[in-house]
Amino acid sequence: MAAETEAASPEVANLPIVVEFSGGLEMLFSDQRRHALSIPVTTSEGKPATVASLIDYLCRNTMKDTRKELFVLDDHLRPGILVLINDADWELEGEEAYEIQSGDNILFVSTLHGG
Amino acid sequence: MAPALCVVCKTERALIKRPKNHQKLCKGCFIQIFEDEVHHTIISSSLFYPGERVAIGASGGKDSTVLASVLKTLNERHKYGLDLVLLSIDEGIKGYRDDSLETVKRNAAQYDMPLKIVGYDELYGWTMDQVVETIGKKGNCTYCGVFRRQALDRGSKMLGIKHVVTGHNADDVAETVLMNLLRGDLARLSRATSIVTGSNASDVKRSKPLKYAYEKEIVLYAHHKKLDYFSTECIYSPEAFRGSARTLIKSLERVRPSAILDVVRSGEDMARLVPGQTKDTCACKANATPALVATEEDNGGGCGSANGRSMGGEMAAMEKQLRENEKVAEGKLETEITILKPAKKGNQPKPDKEPKASSNTVPIMKQKLGSCERCGYMSSQKLCQACMLLEGLNKNRPEIQI
Repeated sequence: MAAETEAASPEVANLPIVVEFSGGLEMLFSDQRRHALSIPVTTSEGKPATVASLIDYLCRNTMKDTRKELFVLDDHLRPGILVLINDADWELEGEEAYEIQSGDNILFVSTLHGG
Repeated sequence: MAPALCVVCKTERALIKRPKNHQKLCKGCFIQIFEDEVHHTIISSSLFYPGERVAIGASGGKDSTVLASVLKTLNERHKYGLDLVLLSIDEGIKGYRDDSLETVKRNAAQYDMPLKIVGYDELYGWTMDQVVETIGKKGNCTYCGVFRRQALDRGSKMLGIKHVVTGHNADDVAETVLMNLLRGDLARLSRATSIVTGSNASDVKRSKPLKYAYEKEIVLYAHHKKLDYFSTECIYSPEAFRGSARTLIKSLERVRPSAILDVVRSGEDMARLVPGQTKDTCACKANATPALVATEEDNGGGCGSANGRSMGGEMAAMEKQLRENEKVAEGKLETEITILKPAKKGNQPKPDKEPKASSNTVPIMKQKLGSCERCGYMSSQKLCQACMLLEGLNKNRPEIQI
């Protein structure tokens, strides 16, 4: 993996995490539910990676669909999309400010889709 | 940050923060409380009677899947004595309904419930794919809504069932309340907010046991119970107006989670204040009130995209036509009609408590119930709504196919 060779330098270390999409969001991410990712430990401003920076990362790197507005509205996660961090509601974990840890499982579930 | 503990059992780690009261709960306590609250809704509104046969309008989506799962659990736990059946409508939309019906078939096996699938093609001779091919995407939701309503009724009749439950949740109800407000259509509030609704064109009653359940909690319930559901959006649904109402509701929820139930309660209160179809206070408005006529297509059920009412003139014309036809029916608050019905029948045990909704009973005036002269389905006009729509479709068919 390219990520591992880069990880040799401590400044560009990466966090291995699993990101999942369900409730219809899969369609924005190549119809794939589970994505094993390796994201930079720090953002370009040198701050620790958070859910907010992960959302930004996903839009830039993982989403192939052009309809970003179905995932992000006004620079925040679109209302109606739930986030579970290691199965816990992100509202219990500080929402966008939560600092991502190695091995985290982050699930985005849309409540917006019908049956 | 130390993980928060569940406020109920105080031992397990909290995984859920409830939108309505910010309570932090663990998985087990959340599932228990969610089920208890639906049970409370069912009991406090005397939704069922022992031995009742109930059809669950099942789309394979999260709401109806959770409804089926919870009803099965509660039926066993509290000995409702219900005979539960899954009823699915196949609109004939390739790449949408055929996939979700596979989910319903799995649900039938998982919940050990019989499944009945009724197709638009067998009922009307048209699939929605063919309808859209003929009339285009604009306005097709009206057709789908009218067809679905009858299809659920006819499906339940085929099964000999007089009660269909649907998975409408608090968010759906709040959305509909807002839409009715934004259209200036307070008369429809009653139908949108009542837990039990019926139709003057049918003796099958509808109810929504999840009307106080947040969509968020429904999704979390499905997630934590690992329920098998299907999520997709109808490929034909423009959903312009409902979509805006939905976005507004979800944005409100972010800032003030209680807003959803607050809107539902406001809707219920306002519905009670609407003078209904009795003598209006303002005589000048007494006669020309098309808005007071509750049209049928409103309660499409199932997909939550009942009708993209704001779309185009073609659609508006169709709706006007439907509304004109409905005028004959004198537009009563249909809720009360069906609530009164069971009480009249000797073979059904009376609920111990009067259903709440009957507190705003309006006197039932003349109800001209006949049957559609074409299909025999109950209708207050010569032709039922479905046959009217079909007439238009069938006229167009040869031209399109040449």
